Amino acid sequence: MYRYDEFDHTLVAERVATFRRQVRRRLSGELTEDQFKPLRLMNGLYLQLHAYMLRVNIPYGCLSSRQLRKLAFIARRYDRDFGHFTTRQNIQFNWIKLDETPDVLAALAEVEMNAMQSSGNCIRNITADQFAGRARNEIEDPRPWCELIRQWSILHPEFSYLPRKFKIAVSGSSNDRAAVKLHDIGLYLRRNADGVVGFEVIVGGGQGRLPYVGHTIREWLAKEDLLSYLEAVLRIYNLGGRRDNPQKARIKVQLNALGPDEFRRLVDEEWAAIRNSTLLAVPRAEIERITSYFADPAWETLVDSPATLADQRSADPAFDAWYRANVVPHRAPGYAIVNLSLKAPGIAPGDLTADQMDKVADLADRFSLGELRVSHRQNLVFPDVRQVDLALLWQELQSLSLATPNIGRLTDIIACPGLDFCSLANARAIPVAQDIGRHFAGSASLEDIGELSINISGCMNACGHHHVGNIGILGVEKNGQEFYQLTLGGSSGEDASLGDRLGRSISAAEVPIAIEAIVTQYKTLREADERFLDTYRRVGIDSFKDSVYGERPERRRAAA
Amino acid sequence: MGLIRDGRLVPDPFTDVSALEELPAGVALIVSFEQWQAHRDALLAGGQPLGLRLNSDQPPQLVATDLERLAVIALDFPRFRDGRAYTHARMLRERLGFTGEVRAVGDVLQEQLHFMQRCGFDTFEVQGPDPEQAWRTIAGDHTVWYQAANDARPRALDRRTSPDQ
Repeated sequence: MYRYDEFDHTLVAERVATFRRQVRRRLSGELTEDQFKPLRLMNGLYLQLHAYMLRVNIPYGCLSSRQLRKLAFIARRYDRDFGHFTTRQNIQFNWIKLDETPDVLAALAEVEMNAMQSSGNCIRNITADQFAGRARNEIEDPRPWCELIRQWSILHPEFSYLPRKFKIAVSGSSNDRAAVKLHDIGLYLRRNADGVVGFEVIVGGGQGRLPYVGHTIREWLAKEDLLSYLEAVLRIYNLGGRRDNPQKARIKVQLNALGPDEFRRLVDEEWAAIRNSTLLAVPRAEIERITSYFADPAWETLVDSPATLADQRSADPAFDAWYRANVVPHRAPGYAIVNLSLKAPGIAPGDLTADQMDKVADLADRFSLGELRVSHRQNLVFPDVRQVDLALLWQELQSLSLATPNIGRLTDIIACPGLDFCSLANARAIPVAQDIGRHFAGSASLEDIGELSINISGCMNACGHHHVGNIGILGVEKNGQEFYQLTLGGSSGEDASLGDRLGRSISAAEVPIAIEAIVTQYKTLREADERFLDTYRRVGIDSFKDSVYGERPERRRAAA
Repeated sequence: MGLIRDGRLVPDPFTDVSALEELPAGVALIVSFEQWQAHRDALLAGGQPLGLRLNSDQPPQLVATDLERLAVIALDFPRFRDGRAYTHARMLRERLGFTGEVRAVGDVLQEQLHFMQRCGFDTFEVQGPDPEQAWRTIAGDHTVWYQAANDARPRALDRRTSPDQ
């Protein structure tokens, strides 16, 4: 993991001191809420329905056990004993008191964490593949580049008052687990024809009211050009992004208004002017310094698939089911990547209690070299577990309710906080996720259904990524009542697509029944090992309309 | 409100007439881009020091060929959220080579002064009753920056590699 040096420490400490002063001025009445709002937003502090919410960055999803213990302390001391992991590798605390916020930020700084730019119209937390540096099919580890971008983006003098928020994600794998194409800028590490690793640059992806899959505006960018190219994109956006309407202020709107070719031409023109600027050159020594923090840990010399593991799997079907769902191959022999599901039946997706945090931190020390990761699907990951330890770890995780065997399966649901917490929401999201979770809890067919993502958002802002769920669920409000609009066929992977609207919206109680109908229809239609997404793409939406709306004629009439 | 340079209130020799109909003669003026277009030759013939106030949707490239005749470019922040003038200031300094005064005007908040200074602004119309106090308040806020910009402050990474900086 990256470690702060004296400069990183100083920067964060100064930021905390500044915010402490600003909070004092707010509490004394010297600053109005209007004047204070931009200051608190730049420090990750939102005003929600019931209280202040603090959003803390977990840069590119990397977390140490020491940091997690501090999050547990914060949850216990300053919040209501829990935290909520989001879809952007952040953790949110929902019940923070304004006067205590500077102390929370100071506590975070002690463990090299911060909440800078986790909100506001600036460059947000840089996100990445949660298996970075460990996955087998990785071209190269994205984390050093994420850290370089993180530093470049923090307190950027020119790009701190952008037209709207700006999100950047990086993946080094051919399997996109970071929703790269749904970001303002998405970067894939790619080999060019000569075998040299650089970046494919994708711009203009995003969700919200106007969802777009991003456009590749550069097939391959040399690593040494990364910052100058990002600077060129941001400059074109800062100058040309719309500022008259917040709904149309993201770079996706600018890019689609100009067309990708014209946008590319503008970026290239600007890039040509700054590409060789000394202001943006990063010395090789600095790249090497950052990269050294992400060197492989001292893995033991082990062999894959030890006999004990095979014995344990055949002896205990429950362990075997968990292994098949939640354990991922690791690139070091004898090791495994383990997903911790934060999607136990009836639990709000992404929530973790303070006690669980402490115990997970202990388990990370015991089983995963003291490190863990946070995924954009709101789960946790132990990146370095010895295969011989898996059965023991599974037992420990079971006792924490973190061993639900559902990673990538139907009940591994993404949900935003929704109307239970959020001032923007039209409908609740968490109870819908809980209902689906309970409806399918213990269902042996989850494995049979296979890979299927359900994403739930409580409003059009799409924090729950409903557009890119294989099944998307969008909360809408009609005459003061909550309804849910289903979409099918979305994907946030390397084959990203936006879901298609299935039909009229339905009540919360009907959602689990509709999901079951869709799944039943999928099982009827699928060929061989076909995933839900592939079946859907082959047969189209009409085959699913009847299964949800067609059973009862009176419903069909009502929908017409 | 007052004009701040290097942390001090300084007298403003210029009269901002960008919102006025008439252009007074014989005094140093800051005019709007529209006034500049309409009265450029007469203004230049007057011999007084001249400045130009640009709105946030008026890039300085519009007056690139006139910059050597202008002592001040005032870049307007219509709302503090409108960040275009940060880029415009850098364009003036780094692309167009402007060495005169770049002034921040409009909705200029004390928390933004660092960013503005780093982008090449050197004078600031700071709001509030005590602009010098506002400057002093924020002066010690940041000693570490990750980026190089238009000022001479070294990046953190430059200080890492050569500790003298």
